[in-house]
Amino acid sequence: MGSFMIRRILYAIPALIAVSLISFLVIAIPPGDYVTRLAEMSAAAGDVMPIAEQEALRKAYGLDLPVMVQYWNWISGVVLRGDFGFSFSFNLPVKDVIWPRLGLTIVLSVASLLFIWVVAIPIGIYSAVRRYSAGDYLATFLGFLGLAVPNFLLALAAMYIAFAWFGVNVGGLFSPEYVEAPWSWGRFVDLLGHLWLPMIVLGTAGTASVIRVIRANLLDELHKPYVTAARAKGKGEFALLMKYPVRHALNPFVSGQNDIFVDIVSGGTIVAIVMGLQTTGPLLLDALRTQDMYMASSFILMLSVLVVIGTLLSDLLLAWLDPRIRYQQG
Amino acid sequence: MENLVEIRDLRITFAGAIDVVPGLDLNIPAGKTLCLVGESGCGKSVTAKAILQVIDHPGRVSGGSINLRRPDGSVLDIAKEKPTSSVMRQVRGGDIAMIHQEPMSFLSPLYTIGNQISEALMLHRQVSETEARAEGIKMLEEVGMPDPARRYDSYTFQLSGGQRQRAMIAMALINKPRLLIADEPTTALDVTTQANILDLLGELQRETGMVVLFITHDLGVVAEIADEVAVMYLGRIVERAPVKELLENPKHPYTKGLLASMPRLDGDFKAPLKAIPGMVPPPALRPAGCSFHPRCEWARKDMCGHVAVLDTDLGQGHMVACHAYGPQAHKFDRVSRVSEVVSPVQGRARAAGKPLLSIKNLHKHFPIRAGFFHRQVGAVRAVNDISLDVFPGETLGLVGESGCGKSTLGQTLVGLHRADSGAVQFDNVDVRAARGENAKKLRTDIRMVFQDPTGSLNPRMRVRDIIGEVLQVNGNHSRAEIEDKVQDLLARVGLSPDYAERYPHAFSGGQRQRIAIARALASDPKLVIADEAVSALDVSVQTQIINMMKALQAEMGLTYIFVSHDLGVIANISDRVAVMYAGRIVELGETDQIFRNPRHPYTEALLAAIPGRGARKSGPRIRLTGHVPDTSAPLQGCAFADRCPYALEACRRIQPTLKGAAGHLDACIRSDELRMQPVAPKHTTVPA
Amino acid sequence: MSTFDETTGLVSPVAKTHQRGRGFDGHWALVWQKFRRHRLGVAGGIVVILAYLVAAIPEFLAPVTLEAYNPAYSYAPPQPLHLGRDDGTGWTFGPHVNAYKSEIDYNSGRRTFVEDETQPIYLGFFVEGESYNLLGFIPTNRHLFGPVIEGQPFFLFGADRLGRDILSRTIHGTRISMTIGLIGVALSLVFGILIGGISGLFGGVTDNVIQRFIEFIQSVPAIPLWIGLAAAIPASVPPLQVYFLITIILSVLGWTSLARVVRGRFLAMRNEDFVKAARLDGCGPVRIIFRHMLPSFLSHIIATVSLAIPGMILAETALSYLGIGLRTPIVSWGVLLQEAQNVRTIASAPWLLLPGVAVVIAVLALNFLGDGLRDAADPYAD
Repeated sequence: MGSFMIRRILYAIPALIAVSLISFLVIAIPPGDYVTRLAEMSAAAGDVMPIAEQEALRKAYGLDLPVMVQYWNWISGVVLRGDFGFSFSFNLPVKDVIWPRLGLTIVLSVASLLFIWVVAIPIGIYSAVRRYSAGDYLATFLGFLGLAVPNFLLALAAMYIAFAWFGVNVGGLFSPEYVEAPWSWGRFVDLLGHLWLPMIVLGTAGTASVIRVIRANLLDELHKPYVTAARAKGKGEFALLMKYPVRHALNPFVSGQNDIFVDIVSGGTIVAIVMGLQTTGPLLLDALRTQDMYMASSFILMLSVLVVIGTLLSDLLLAWLDPRIRYQQG
Repeated sequence: MENLVEIRDLRITFAGAIDVVPGLDLNIPAGKTLCLVGESGCGKSVTAKAILQVIDHPGRVSGGSINLRRPDGSVLDIAKEKPTSSVMRQVRGGDIAMIHQEPMSFLSPLYTIGNQISEALMLHRQVSETEARAEGIKMLEEVGMPDPARRYDSYTFQLSGGQRQRAMIAMALINKPRLLIADEPTTALDVTTQANILDLLGELQRETGMVVLFITHDLGVVAEIADEVAVMYLGRIVERAPVKELLENPKHPYTKGLLASMPRLDGDFKAPLKAIPGMVPPPALRPAGCSFHPRCEWARKDMCGHVAVLDTDLGQGHMVACHAYGPQAHKFDRVSRVSEVVSPVQGRARAAGKPLLSIKNLHKHFPIRAGFFHRQVGAVRAVNDISLDVFPGETLGLVGESGCGKSTLGQTLVGLHRADSGAVQFDNVDVRAARGENAKKLRTDIRMVFQDPTGSLNPRMRVRDIIGEVLQVNGNHSRAEIEDKVQDLLARVGLSPDYAERYPHAFSGGQRQRIAIARALASDPKLVIADEAVSALDVSVQTQIINMMKALQAEMGLTYIFVSHDLGVIANISDRVAVMYAGRIVELGETDQIFRNPRHPYTEALLAAIPGRGARKSGPRIRLTGHVPDTSAPLQGCAFADRCPYALEACRRIQPTLKGAAGHLDACIRSDELRMQPVAPKHTTVPA
Repeated sequence: MSTFDETTGLVSPVAKTHQRGRGFDGHWALVWQKFRRHRLGVAGGIVVILAYLVAAIPEFLAPVTLEAYNPAYSYAPPQPLHLGRDDGTGWTFGPHVNAYKSEIDYNSGRRTFVEDETQPIYLGFFVEGESYNLLGFIPTNRHLFGPVIEGQPFFLFGADRLGRDILSRTIHGTRISMTIGLIGVALSLVFGILIGGISGLFGGVTDNVIQRFIEFIQSVPAIPLWIGLAAAIPASVPPLQVYFLITIILSVLGWTSLARVVRGRFLAMRNEDFVKAARLDGCGPVRIIFRHMLPSFLSHIIATVSLAIPGMILAETALSYLGIGLRTPIVSWGVLLQEAQNVRTIASAPWLLLPGVAVVIAVLALNFLGDGLRDAADPYAD
């Protein structure tokens, strides 16, 4: 187990390096930079920015250096000093902007994941055990529907319903008075009051797919020989279900959780933009629009790191759950 | 006599419509081992599951009674109980326990065997974890698990096949059940392991006096372990008798057929086998009258096809359900036709002279790779320095336990693997260097028949294209030529020529294997390598295929290399036999020499392990412990030394070479001083 | 060979296959038979076929063209459909909608619409309207349905900010939304089969490297990366090129799952006995791949493809909604949903979300279809 863990963690390092490279190049390679955007904006305002001034700005921002040098400067800062570079549009170090946002992103993602588990696992088990019952059909239908409705549409619909029927504006993660406030008990409670809707919106697609995965896996397991063997020992049906088929179905489920988590982090970006959440999403979009390079790269980097860590955790969880992985590869 | 279980008119229905078991009567007597015998599809397993009420959806017990005598003397009708009732939960695992064919799939890989054994105990008795552990370890010790305290915490994938089966037996016996149902518990095991498990079950039965219901398709196993035998065909008992009576004096034509189709190791090995024609039909197409009549050579159209059969008691516990013994018995002459098989393939003395295939020092090693970049970290020596000649027109049997490299050798010869070193000469062609025309000649001259007739036929192609492909690909054959050839081959393998248009899914396993053989013969080959070609088939179908292959060999002048783990089949079909162990040939000789005068201790142990051939339940017997060594580890001396009862210190140092005279070679340094026991000693229980 | 006559043995299996085409049915016939029994799959298939039909001839099916607008009907709600009317002398059949009277509420500054019962707008099939080229080359001015008198206001799904008919625009948007999935998947398929095939065929180190690469790509959160790539498309790029760039961006991350399926099948297939038998027959690699292996997993690939299209459609919709995907004059469902940017707009004109219903229906139908195909892909398993 120990060597398995160490090897698995070592495997994550090349992935992290590749992620950081991609995060940076996606932003840096396409034509145009922040200065171009500034020039465009001032041109739109009828004010032409002289070429010399543009060049000077580029020099000041370090945008005139070769791409790989810029990458190295940025990533070495991130790794060695926790310095994510400078946000042009905020006129602040990126790290001052990114951490609170990232924290809320993690809170929202983990909350959604827990929501998915709490809702989907029991429904999936029920659906498989009571196959072809009315409840199974209902769960299957809702599952398909959940997969078919785009996140942002669901967010819009939820906000519309809350606004039109209950007269509340549910955007954001905080009430106005807490947005800029420092952390306090009141702010925490306020967060919980706002978190549930984005959590449900974000978790719907995952819930739907987890229900389907659990149902399919469990149906495979329900008639396996070892179930018959355990039944022949005289074990009661519920205890039997939990100890053997459910436990076995858990393994493919856990290895699938990584993809679910990727989708949550990924989909969270859009939901956050639509619902105006104080997570990474809206800022990432703004940063991309304004070519606020370090800001955008850092956001993509940190979201990817989040996912790499999620993958690592799910792999370790799987190894912990499945002795075959523990003993044969570790 | 007291019965532990009495089954009356048991009816088991699948999907609400099809009666798999249409009304079964069966008594399981106290204190004995009852064997339930029949081909697959006869309803043996489902009957066993019915006794425990653990039939899988969509099957269910739909009528009749299963009366179980409880320890307090009361009688419980299991058929009337709900499968989930608490009484049934007490019965399962408590009164009645079950072991199965595939311990790998009947034990969960996610829990240690100790967990699963102690679970069985704690479901029925109030014991603490520590007590359960102690009892579990004790039980493992009783079933002969080596190092039980350590194995208790092992997972199934860390155990060998025999150890897994021991673990399953321990799990079944930990509550000291009064009835143990054993459903083909040794079928998936190697013959030497099977012998050990059968010994163990026999011992446990004698010690505890528990009742065993043993399900098998193998009459050899029956002879080994049964007190009484019930023969089952399509969901009903057709004959029942004490074991000696049944094997020596069978009455029902089905029982006679099963016995006649079993390769014999007493008398003449090569005596042609007599197959029961056809195959077990699916329950939905159960014939009217006597279900067996379409396959029965005694059947009289005027009654067997209409009139239901009654049980006839012949006295002394011998029961038979056949019209030929019933009230109308006088209408039957009860004469079995003599086996009409083939010109006896005897007298085909081994062609001295030039071998067709000559193998010198052949090696095939499979690399073991690991890590991120798949570096080679070792090699499995599947074929390790093998030299062998195969002569035209003969059948060479390759035999050994699983993992001994016999299949790899066959596959390497045919070109599925690339040999690592050594020389192979076929008909003046250097096989390893063949290119172009020579390669084409080898492709068409050396052909292969695979084990699994389902996987080896492309489901997307018609039978014609499957058989004809080798002709399409090699050489210029017109469509008409190929069509003629396909028609001819289908007729030769006993299939209707208009089957050419169909797809493989339309055929049964035996028919598919016929198609696969036709494909192998399409290019008029000289040598056919049959890799466990009959192992996946039921005994009657297996015999049909063996007889057909012998006939085809005589007609077409074929040479066979016949790879099999089944010593009976090998004895029946082979002219010469090579015994393999851990990638090497340990003994090579004519069939008679190998079976009647074995010289290698491993051959002796293999022969001793064949069920039903040994002295029954008496005296010490040769039994192998341990298992085949890991061929990836470099080995000094004789690979068999660790398991060999005759091994000396020298055996572990000196690598024995294959030597001998008169075509009988062995690789044992002590073969000259030792005297090995042959197969089929005098007091055999299998009839002549 | 009378010795081996097994008449009885032959009777049963052939009789058993009697119900399933006596064994004469090939693979696709069996797949079709199995698929037909999957009712949701069949229903999904029909809807998908209809959707692509709409994508082929939206000009004919939509009452008005994309360009049509009517500022007087800005944010007009959907007109209720009436089957007939009672003009005092009795009820007469005549499907129609009523024209709107609009009033401006000076308190809120909002325009309200009231049905004007006196001005029925009668509807008909195959009515004349604006002219267009059917399938791009047949000039005509017929529309499947619409107001009998050309040019009368007709807003069954309501109107948007500029008074454009949402129903017509949704029908027009079908073309882009449905094809972007198809083209994106086609591109992914090329990548997937190529890379997955190489991985599966060569195995060993090649396979290992490609697998690590795929795992890596799959672990990158797709949407932020899509947003990053899509945002990098300069505003000056013409709309049609944007369309192609977006499909490429979607398939850059979309090919991995297909590659995995292809690789898995190749690896499994390589060890199938019938593939070994084909090798022994002397079949070359090309023949083995195209005659033995590919047919065996083609149905699996088709099923995977039909399950991959919905993902593409959802991604395009999301990107376009955020304003970094497609933009006008190209119209997709996502572009239409851009109108519904904030809660207040939606609250006053919820019909702006109706193009979203089209998305849901299309994705649902494709999922049902893919599910049915996946179940039918291996008709030999029982």
